[in-house]
Amino acid sequence: MSFEWPWQYSFPPFFTLQPNVETRQKQLAAWCSLTLSYCRHHKLYTVDVMEAQESPMFNNKSIDRKLSTDAILIVFEELRKKGNLEWLDKNKTRCLVMWRRPEEWGKLIYQWVSKNGMVNTVFTLYELANGDDTENEKFHGLEEWMLIRSLQALQADGKAEIITMDDGKGVKFF
Amino acid sequence: MDRFTWSSGLLEMNETLVIQQRGVKLYDGDDKAKLDVGVAMLSTHQLLWRDMKNHECCISLPLSQIVYFEEQAAGIGKSAKIVIHLHPVSANKEPGPYQLSKFSYIKLSFKEHGQIEFYRRLTEELSQKRWESTPVSQPIPTATGLQAGRTRAVGIVGIERKIEEKRKETDKNISEAFEDLSKLMVKAKEMVELSRSIANKIKDKQGDITEDETIRFKSYLLSMGIANPVTRETHGSGTHYHLQLAKQLGDMLIEPLEERGGMMALTEVYCLVNRARGMELLSPEDLVNACKMFESLKLPLRLRIFDSGVMVVQLQSHSEEEMIASALDNVTEKGSLTAEEFAKLLGLSVLLSKERLFLAEKMGHLCRDDSVEGLRFYPNLFASQA
Repeated sequence: MSFEWPWQYSFPPFFTLQPNVETRQKQLAAWCSLTLSYCRHHKLYTVDVMEAQESPMFNNKSIDRKLSTDAILIVFEELRKKGNLEWLDKNKTRCLVMWRRPEEWGKLIYQWVSKNGMVNTVFTLYELANGDDTENEKFHGLEEWMLIRSLQALQADGKAEIITMDDGKGVKFF
Repeated sequence: MDRFTWSSGLLEMNETLVIQQRGVKLYDGDDKAKLDVGVAMLSTHQLLWRDMKNHECCISLPLSQIVYFEEQAAGIGKSAKIVIHLHPVSANKEPGPYQLSKFSYIKLSFKEHGQIEFYRRLTEELSQKRWESTPVSQPIPTATGLQAGRTRAVGIVGIERKIEEKRKETDKNISEAFEDLSKLMVKAKEMVELSRSIANKIKDKQGDITEDETIRFKSYLLSMGIANPVTRETHGSGTHYHLQLAKQLGDMLIEPLEERGGMMALTEVYCLVNRARGMELLSPEDLVNACKMFESLKLPLRLRIFDSGVMVVQLQSHSEEEMIASALDNVTEKGSLTAEEFAKLLGLSVLLSKERLFLAEKMGHLCRDDSVEGLRFYPNLFASQA
């Protein structure tokens, strides 16, 4: 299934940061949703700003427009404010894009666990993310750091506890 | 006494007062001088005497004129005196209280004493001869012969005189430089007359030339001049002048404004107005001030200043909403427009078309695409296609 671009993607002004405040808000909102859905579609978790600028995400070759680095940083900052992005370095060259926030992932995992009656069961992290049982789940293939974040979010709610085991980490759901 | 000259009583730049003594009477030789009691003053360069009551009455004598001097002790009913012997009078001496005197000496009679100190200081000054080492700008008339026939510039008066001379010269230069221009002004009136008579002739001979030619020629004439421009001379300066000017601008600008879609940049107005006025040119400042009067005069024109600082004159009927709407319509119709394309479409200047697009953008009706190809404006689909 190919990625479906929003209409704005072929609208040249989309690639110029709009000076009108209201227009800019709408533009940025569109960029945020485009970034998240693009990353979700391509299962991107870490994004390099320079690479992203050259990737189709911010570069529409068919209309010969690309978003400037400054504008990308503004979009990312907007995402960070919403809790969907975290910078990996101070210079803001790489970032984690959380197209689902840890709490949302946690919720998905917990739903699956409770649906299958596996509360009070211990899982290894590998089992959860890559096991055969979760193959059809959205969180299948979730990167480990993201998985841990999600479980930490559940742990904060008292719904899970992360356990350190001999060969890695495990988790017990309540 | 004939060695004395009238004096202003003022000291020259490098002259200093040494001593002064009240209650001194002057003697022409042995005779009492026809002057009252006064103040005797000794400076580094001259001996001065000023009348006690009438301060205008002041006479002086250069110290270089003095040969020698001696004391004369006081007696019963007689004040102490200093007798001063003088060089003969020089030929071109300036006037003084005495034209002629048979004596070659004068006496200072000290009614209120002080002669001892005065005598001492006079001795000092004459031995030091300070008038020689620090000459005042004025050559002492008797010391050396004056350069005949020429008044040297002296002191502050001299400086003032020099300034005055310079000013006169500049004045002359300026009037010479602008002579041509004033002649041109005279001619300009004739030119206006001429254009009017030609216009009348054309009116008479309608039919002989094609209508198209007539119209074109008339437009030339129109752009050449207004018959009697409002000038500072005819309407004074300040507010009244600007009011009158605003009225005139109101009359003449409406038509060109309508032709240009209701708006003209102030620079454009300035050129048009001054071309029409012929030679009685307006200053930009006067134009702006006159334009500011449009509103208070309830004229159908307005001076508008855009956010960028660009000033335009626009028809009052030419409202902002209409302007924005027309910009939006044009952009929507064409899909997208640059300021240049929009200017061509409306027959406006690029500057103004840009301002309109910016305005429409500011109001959220348009959005921009700033790329290497230039700045293009699109309908604001962000707002309409949410």
